Amino acid sequence: MRYLPLRGALYVAPIALLTLIPLGMVLSAFLSPQTDIWMHLSEYVLPDVLKNTFILMLGVSVGVLALGVPLAWFTSICEFPGRKFFSWSLVLPLAMPAYVLAFVHIVLLDFTGPIQTTLRQFIGHFNGFPRIRSTGGVLLILSLSFYPYVYLLARNAFLTQGKQALEAAQILGLSRQQGFWKVALPMARPWLIAGLTLALMETLADFGAVSMFNFDTFTTAIYKSWFSLFNLPAALQLAFILVIFIFALISLEQWGRGTKQYQGRIIATDRIQLRGWHRYLATGLCSLVLIIAFIAPVVQLIIWTATVWYEDFDSRYIGLIIRSVTISLLTACIVATLALILVFIQRRFNQKTTRWLIRIATLGYAVPGSVLAVGIFLPVAWLDNVLIPITHTLGFTGYQVLKGSIAVMLLALVTRFMAVAFQPIDSAMQRISPNQENAARSLGLNQLQMITRLYTPLLRGGILTAVLMCFVDAMKEMPITLMTHPFGWNTLAVRVFELTSEGMWQNAALPSLMIVLTGLIPVIILVVNSEKTTY
Amino acid sequence: MQKNLLSRSVLALALAILTTVSFAETVTVYSARNEQLIKPLFDQYTAETGVEIKILTDKEGPLLARLQAESTNTPADVLITVDAGNLWQASSLGLLKTINSKKLKNNIPAHLRDPKQQWFGLSIRARTMIYNHTLIKVDQLSTYEQLADPSFKDKLCLRTSKKVYNQSLVAMMIAQYGEPKTENIIKGWVNNLATDVFSDDTQLIEAVAAGQCAVGIVNTYYLGRILNKLSAEQQAIYKAKLFWANQKTNGVHVNVSGAGVTRYAKNESGAIKLIEWLSSDKAQSIYADKDLEYPANPKIKANSLVNSWGPFKQNLINMNKAGELQTSAVRLMDRVGYK
Repeated sequence: MRYLPLRGALYVAPIALLTLIPLGMVLSAFLSPQTDIWMHLSEYVLPDVLKNTFILMLGVSVGVLALGVPLAWFTSICEFPGRKFFSWSLVLPLAMPAYVLAFVHIVLLDFTGPIQTTLRQFIGHFNGFPRIRSTGGVLLILSLSFYPYVYLLARNAFLTQGKQALEAAQILGLSRQQGFWKVALPMARPWLIAGLTLALMETLADFGAVSMFNFDTFTTAIYKSWFSLFNLPAALQLAFILVIFIFALISLEQWGRGTKQYQGRIIATDRIQLRGWHRYLATGLCSLVLIIAFIAPVVQLIIWTATVWYEDFDSRYIGLIIRSVTISLLTACIVATLALILVFIQRRFNQKTTRWLIRIATLGYAVPGSVLAVGIFLPVAWLDNVLIPITHTLGFTGYQVLKGSIAVMLLALVTRFMAVAFQPIDSAMQRISPNQENAARSLGLNQLQMITRLYTPLLRGGILTAVLMCFVDAMKEMPITLMTHPFGWNTLAVRVFELTSEGMWQNAALPSLMIVLTGLIPVIILVVNSEKTTY
Repeated sequence: MQKNLLSRSVLALALAILTTVSFAETVTVYSARNEQLIKPLFDQYTAETGVEIKILTDKEGPLLARLQAESTNTPADVLITVDAGNLWQASSLGLLKTINSKKLKNNIPAHLRDPKQQWFGLSIRARTMIYNHTLIKVDQLSTYEQLADPSFKDKLCLRTSKKVYNQSLVAMMIAQYGEPKTENIIKGWVNNLATDVFSDDTQLIEAVAAGQCAVGIVNTYYLGRILNKLSAEQQAIYKAKLFWANQKTNGVHVNVSGAGVTRYAKNESGAIKLIEWLSSDKAQSIYADKDLEYPANPKIKANSLVNSWGPFKQNLINMNKAGELQTSAVRLMDRVGYK
């Protein structure tokens, strides 16, 4: 079918506007050149920052793939002791904010931490331990924080590609190992890239965790310009460059993928039984990751909570939890619906312009949180400045119309998490072959029925993953929540901020723990559901 | 009937979203100060006066961007920050209003308030030295400048230059000694570092106590927070001890947590009354004690733990300089590689 060249883009436009407007605000900063500050930054700040950012991207890519892919392979294709438990529990680190993981591990492992302190009592003063506050430490913590994106998506890939292709490979004479490298991995490419993209976007936009390590990245340079050098325009300019860079990366990958197809047929098959030491390797690796990335920090949070909860815990927390869950759930549902629409449009109008615009629509996740918050807040405040006089003539007295409304808060969060919902649904779409579509059409399904009866059931795994990741991400999101939440409409994340400012990290153990525990609920729902449909 | 009910509840919801219901006098506060530290005070104010206080917390940067964008339509009456630099920035962006208040002038010493009366310090945050008494003798210590001396090689611990407290400290040094001399001092500090800079004062104090470094520069209330959790015996043997810097010269560097009235405050008189009340005898001790800081009002005594560190001489240069010279300080620290 041929369509007018811009028709697909036209349908995408309303959704893309959500991202285009804040990005436009950020771009407009170039109207006021900041030559002086740029000279300073490029001489003293950017060289280090660029090097660090490069190391970070490379290291985290290797880290999240090295953790996410084997864990996903073991839990989705193989059978070993504890597989059922690990298959859902390995998602849990997703609910742990990266800065919390960073803080806990610095406290535990640094010179003054319990481990080194205890060791010093036996061997005396010793300064030769590997340092946690180092490049290696940052890479480790961020990889442990962000591998669940790769893990979840790789699982979707492995679960939907079935063992059939692998068996075919074995019949053709490949060993099981060769089959993994030459068949299973390449067939999972869109999923792995999708997970990696999310992990990298999150890494590049991260401020909380890298500043715990005092590791200077592009994002810390953005905040330095804004908070320390009092230069918001320069900060926005830097942020825009970061966005362009990520956009280029995504485009490059899309281009590299070319016209390859990734359809699969799902047939129930037996799992590969791991035998001998392989079994213990799988169980051991899963346990190790789970302990470092989730159990240890949760235990530490519980210990801290035990010492501070009575100062803070009261009936307000019921409200905080209800509001957090409501906002996150609404965000997750809205953003997943919009992402689904984007995926449909992309499928239907397989045009360049459509794909470009969709890619732009998902860039909100790559912008450092506070920068995106300002990009969203400025146009809203501008609209409010127009609307407030009008509402006053109508007899209202407040000074907020749109800002501080739940609608704006939701739109802002949707802008942020579009990529998180789009990536898993988009990759799931790759498994649906044109044959299936043609068959459905020839059976007389109209467009709507195609969506409800063909796509949605087949995309179910991707949609559930999208909802889960968005929910958990929205629960822990801070800068946009702070900027857009209505007065008095505090959430758990707002509470964490209120308690942690000025280094009072332990005081925030209670709301942090609640964010983590609330994040457990959808994880369990997702896993119970995906197990049911495990083919 | 049911449709009617539905449309009514939708309308009610819309109204609830559109308007902020106000039943009595309200003061709206944008605050970068930890909510736990100010909420009890505000509750007390509400109990005494019946004035409702609405708080919105965020970091200073977003709060200032917000005030700027909201312009004449801001709901905020008061801005509270935890350092003078951001108050100076708010004032220079034209976001604050001159406050004519005899009470505030009487209660707050001149160096802790804006010369144009656009903001007032409400608590003092002293940034001084902390040392491990098993690693260094107290008579080896004297001034911030002296920590640049090669004799402190591998002995010094610092917090990151990205923290505004260090930016203010260096800004005040520039005000005192000029850029070239300050640059040499900071270069000396960087050369003397025992380990990578810390992202937090608490970690730094613990590193001094554990012997990772002999001396460091921190805000006193972080030490207070640590000591407050210990018993009296444990406090006595805690290895990190406080030292008042520059007592024979220009005095210890102080910063303030303070407040100003927003330029387009809807309740200006209510805002001024609130800040005046915060500077009063009754509120000052709570305002400072909650975080183990020093009251800005010199008539009020600090908390007993804080008092146990003894009296000290403050640097009397006006805090406004911390803001004015902040960008110079940041650039200077970038130049010498202070991360």
